[in-house]
Amino acid sequence: MKHLLSTADLSREEAILILDTANQLAQATGQGVGKLPPLRGRTVVNLFYEDSTRTRISFEAAAKRLSADVINFAAKGSSVSKGESLKDTALTLEAMGADAIVLRHGSSGAANTLAHSGWISGSVVNAGDGTHEHPTQALLDAYTLRRHLRSGQGDLAGATVTIVGDILHSRVARSNVHLLQTLGANVRLVAPPTLLPFGVDTWGAQISYNLDEALVGSDAVMMLRIQQERMNAAYFPTIHEYSQRYGLNQTRVNLMNEGAIVMHPGPMNRGVEITSEVADGPQSVIVEQVTNGVSVRMAVLYLMLGGNEARND
Amino acid sequence: MTSYVLKSVSIVGGEPTDLLIADGVVAQIGQNLSGEQIVDGAGCIALPGLVDLHTHLREPGKEDAETVLSGSKAAAAGGFTSVHAMANTNPVADTAGVVEQVWRLGNEAGLVDVRPIGAVTKGLEGTTLAELGAMADSAAGVRVFSDDGKCVHDPIIMRRALEYVKAFDGVIAQHAQEPKLTDGAQMNEGIISGQLGLRGWPAVAEEAIIARDVLLASHVGARLHICHLSTAGSVEIIRWAKSRGINVTAEVTPHHLILTDELATSYNPVFKVNPPLRTQADVEAVREGLADGTIDIVATDHAPHPSQDKDCEWSAAAFGMTGLETALQVVHATMVKTGLITWAQVADRMSYAPAVIGRVATQGQAIAVGAPANITLFDPNAEVLIKAEHSVSASHNTPFAGYTLPGSVSATFFNGRPTVLDGKLV
Amino acid sequence: MTHTQGRVVLDSADISRALTRLAHEIIERTQGAQNVTLMGIPTRGVALANRLAGRIGEIQGQPVPVGAIDVTMYRDDLRMRPARALLPTVIPEFGVEGRLVILVDDVLYSGRTIRAALDAISEHGRPEAVQLAVLVDRGHRELPIRADYVGKNLPTAKTETVQVQLAEHDDVDQIVIRQAS
Repeated sequence: MKHLLSTADLSREEAILILDTANQLAQATGQGVGKLPPLRGRTVVNLFYEDSTRTRISFEAAAKRLSADVINFAAKGSSVSKGESLKDTALTLEAMGADAIVLRHGSSGAANTLAHSGWISGSVVNAGDGTHEHPTQALLDAYTLRRHLRSGQGDLAGATVTIVGDILHSRVARSNVHLLQTLGANVRLVAPPTLLPFGVDTWGAQISYNLDEALVGSDAVMMLRIQQERMNAAYFPTIHEYSQRYGLNQTRVNLMNEGAIVMHPGPMNRGVEITSEVADGPQSVIVEQVTNGVSVRMAVLYLMLGGNEARND
Repeated sequence: MTSYVLKSVSIVGGEPTDLLIADGVVAQIGQNLSGEQIVDGAGCIALPGLVDLHTHLREPGKEDAETVLSGSKAAAAGGFTSVHAMANTNPVADTAGVVEQVWRLGNEAGLVDVRPIGAVTKGLEGTTLAELGAMADSAAGVRVFSDDGKCVHDPIIMRRALEYVKAFDGVIAQHAQEPKLTDGAQMNEGIISGQLGLRGWPAVAEEAIIARDVLLASHVGARLHICHLSTAGSVEIIRWAKSRGINVTAEVTPHHLILTDELATSYNPVFKVNPPLRTQADVEAVREGLADGTIDIVATDHAPHPSQDKDCEWSAAAFGMTGLETALQVVHATMVKTGLITWAQVADRMSYAPAVIGRVATQGQAIAVGAPANITLFDPNAEVLIKAEHSVSASHNTPFAGYTLPGSVSATFFNGRPTVLDGKLV
Repeated sequence: MTHTQGRVVLDSADISRALTRLAHEIIERTQGAQNVTLMGIPTRGVALANRLAGRIGEIQGQPVPVGAIDVTMYRDDLRMRPARALLPTVIPEFGVEGRLVILVDDVLYSGRTIRAALDAISEHGRPEAVQLAVLVDRGHRELPIRADYVGKNLPTAKTETVQVQLAEHDDVDQIVIRQAS
């Protein structure tokens, strides 16, 4: 795997390999082992154009636990904020010997541009590009689902997963729809019509405007954050109405199948798309998702850089 | 002036014949002619010099992308003998002073007839009319007015502009794009944009403005021209308007005759353009429209950009593609080779009709004895692998890099002087 | 290089006898296997470790802790091939700290796998001692590593391959040597 840009690029076998590798690495770190050696001598650069402390720290922890050298390049307050182009930043990182660049950027397609531009010879991990994709989030979501619904083995065939919220602007939703379908799950998308992308009916998922109906028969629900700015752009009239129609509370959780789990990529708007009772309740795996994120990102970095496929090999 | 005899050329698709150019005009058409210089035209089609109604020459203000001189060279290389230079320069061409500057630069370059287009509104801001009459009366003799790059979206401004230019037989060329429906838009709104996470530019934003403007033009009895028409719905609206006798003309770009929004999947900004590349159904509809005359002309919307404006992520990239050098090749591939139009119709869509719309008396004349010698020789049998670095234009943002296009311009004559011979600039 | 069909050098009965003898040797040299933990190297080393643990447990009347130690990430040839899939590491009851750890593998060849296993084990604690039990020693060491318990010494040429097949993975117990063709 040279680059990880989109979950649409992963076959079923590749996805399962990443999840199984994450299993092994989670066990290894869980056994109190310190650093693991396979990325010794590799340099991983976190190039973050958007604020995201949690994702950046997750990647940093993952890289360091595999003995890689980590460089954090926060675009704010650096030469980038003075208008340096992505190209010039990339050329600088290439000159510094980056084996992999973990890129979070506000423009859809930025990771694709970086990977295919010819500016760098290393690998690119897409940590979120605009409203396009966030593949490691989908992988950690699938890992979490598999742990709870399939005893941590195999795929997600036969599971029904419902994703709720601003699908139109969600890179998490796009990545999850591809990956969940690749792993055999049945996907449902719930949102008001204004927050569904043109052509969503070609995505292979069931579309619904009614959250209560969609939750019946679901094995998991994934709540997406709703942003204040969307209200000002007339996607829905008020946060209150959105919360009434599309917010997750315990009554709604009880509509799901036995053993169902509640997920959220974070950060949450408590009281808007999810109540505190549900977020902190027994079915919520939201905190576990964060832990799983490190294992999954370790797996991605190991498979990408742990062998002979990096820039100088 | 040296005389040239073009040997065995097929005049707009007719039987091979010789053509003698002398003293700036077509002197003779017949067999076994002689002249001072011989140009071997065997197998070539002779067309009247192409006239582009929509080009961005970028000067004044953005000379790192193109200048009137470099743009003229690109035009000549593409077989053009006249181009209309759009007004979205810096400063905007909204006064007699700026249009005369562009006109003078065109004359100095001396490679094509450069016809400046005047802005409709001051600064392209869409709020007050520019000095349309002054520009018409200037040495540049402006007849086409456009805020291209931006839409004249205020209906009252559009109405006044349509009415006002009637006084000097001017025409408003509208860039149809409802701004509120396309705020932040990056590519065609469709299945692809939904998957790629790029904000969509819906067809209705173009069609709604065209529908409004044809009705306005009808109401005030003015003529209207629609720039770079790109959707099936737009073709239908123009067809309806013409059936009602409304005096509207429309243009289509070469890239909209062949490229679709699928190309955005690569996130390569060379495919980012305004209006955006549409779907295959739209491509087929505009080809049909060009064939049946609903769309009157091909216009390149040649939009050069320096490399830093395209060598970046999609949303940071400028909109636009170059097109002067590949226009005739693309029309050949999409319209002639497919049997949709004949060479005689190519002459109409790319020379006679644009000259009529732009009111350019000395261009767009059929090849006949006595006519000014503005002639393009096109070899339809050549095959050219397009390479961005080989562009004559100062900019390299051609979407056809890596494509092999059929045919090439072997010679261009501007008022009897060759600007291109043997496929190369003279 | 590709290899021919090969010849069977040990059959199921030979392997069974070798394992029984190894079990007795381990019991004798560790004074009854009181502090012993068997750690198999995946994949077939684990099956062998489980079998040995079973035999020792029967003879002594007391179970022997048995686990697995994946060495993939500690190999010295990581950069020579694409990243390899990881295999399970299972640390059994009592861990490895202070234990007499006996690594178990099917074939001892260059010794590099065992060197990696020593690094992997040391991440989990400090054993009292580490010993090595292998079913086959085929020679050609590239590091100063030797086995404490050997089921069968099989001198081989470097152009040959030695394949240990075990019922847990291969339907049959046998050891096959193949020539390069």
